[in-house]
Amino acid sequence: MLVATVTTQQAGQSAGANPGPKRDPKTGRFGSSVFKKAVMAVTGIIMILFLIAHMIGNLHVFQGAASFNDYSEWLRQVGEPALPPRTLLTVIEIVLLVSVLAHGWAAVSLWRQAKRARPIAYQTKKRVQQSYASRTMRWGGVIVGLFIIYHLLDLTFGVANIDGPDATPYDRLIASMSNPVVVFFYVLSLLALGFHLRHGVWSATQTLGQSNKRRERAVNVFATAFAVVLIGGYLVIPFVVLTGIVA
Amino acid sequence: MQLTLRVWRQPSPQVKGKMANYHLTDVSEDMSFLEMLDVLNEQLILDGEDPIAFDHDCREGICGSCGLMINGIAHGPEQTTTCQLHMRSFSDGDTIDIEPWRSGGFPVVKDLVVDRSAFDRIISAGGFISAPTGTAPDAHATPVPKVDADAAFDAATCIGCGACVAACPNGSAMLFTAAKVTHLGLLPQGQPERDSRVVRMIAQQDAEDFGGCTNIGECSAVCPKGISMETISRLNHDLLGALRAGAVPAS
Repeated sequence: MLVATVTTQQAGQSAGANPGPKRDPKTGRFGSSVFKKAVMAVTGIIMILFLIAHMIGNLHVFQGAASFNDYSEWLRQVGEPALPPRTLLTVIEIVLLVSVLAHGWAAVSLWRQAKRARPIAYQTKKRVQQSYASRTMRWGGVIVGLFIIYHLLDLTFGVANIDGPDATPYDRLIASMSNPVVVFFYVLSLLALGFHLRHGVWSATQTLGQSNKRRERAVNVFATAFAVVLIGGYLVIPFVVLTGIVA
Repeated sequence: MQLTLRVWRQPSPQVKGKMANYHLTDVSEDMSFLEMLDVLNEQLILDGEDPIAFDHDCREGICGSCGLMINGIAHGPEQTTTCQLHMRSFSDGDTIDIEPWRSGGFPVVKDLVVDRSAFDRIISAGGFISAPTGTAPDAHATPVPKVDADAAFDAATCIGCGACVAACPNGSAMLFTAAKVTHLGLLPQGQPERDSRVVRMIAQQDAEDFGGCTNIGECSAVCPKGISMETISRLNHDLLGALRAGAVPAS
């Protein structure tokens, strides 16, 4: 049953061409590349769940300023008085922060491993199968990460917002979304997120071992449809604000 | 046909390599790609130059020895092994770039020859079953469901050529390792070592300077045997199962 083809004359590890010591096989079970991918898949799913809730919450903007601000206030009061203020938000914030950090840690670690895995680049390399989405996962992820930082400063803390931290959530939203420059980068970032999710949903399904030949097509179609619907739900807001449907 | 070849020449692992240009005339379109290289090498030997080193053995597409990056695609424009690629897949006047597999796990030995013993070490980490010696058991002593037998056989068609590693943007050997894990993990004979196998093979793969899988699918698209991405999903499933079961790598 042993299928081994000895392809070279040299026994053991060939010297010279591969500078630096070989790492010993990690006997630890949680250091493997597959485990890191699983961390990325699970944290990715957690963040996707948040993105769904966030997108639906945003749609309160169509019910007017009062409804939007009430929703924002409600998020801070869920469970009161049984629970202290901001319980739900604090839990979500901690879970998301841990997810983002774990997702980033695994990504950087695997990125470095991939760099080591191809020390000399090809003179000519053609793409056979890869999509724009799969090719841009890493830098796309970096762009999304930077966007999240700006997004928090703009709409959560308000320090990067024109109306400032003291304005209501609705006013801050309108202030940012009626600025063409802000909207331009918002749309770009959201498109990057869309591509990230399109490959991410498929990749997470594979990583968690839930894909097979029969499901492959369905998973890919779902990933594309999901990314389009989710990002569409986000982008509808700058669209209606810029075109004056919501003011 | 007339061809211009740009070939990676590297006399030894320690020396830096570079692309060298060769012109070849009177190439028959019925030649295999390796025969075309044979013709070039005969010409080089007559000219007193060092012939180009490349791996080859059966030239029937079943041994997995040959493997070249041809115009940026592993095994060239057809989804087959380099030996089964014919010059009719190219046109008169073409320039063809020929490079070795590029991977941290596959150091160049000379020119287009790379050291693929990393694959052997992944196999010895877990790509086997333990069976008592003696008379071969009756073929029907252990029933195998037809569906499993077919899927295991599909995975077992992997010839270990390394095209998956060569094509992968991450230089990952996942398709290779996944094919072995799937092949053995689907059969009843592979069950006792199923958990430790996947843990150990992945650990060895990571240690060999192969990258991690990001499910891009370049590997499967160039695999001469068409090993499916499903095998990778199966490997992931097995590894997560092994971690949940608290599998300790058997020594």
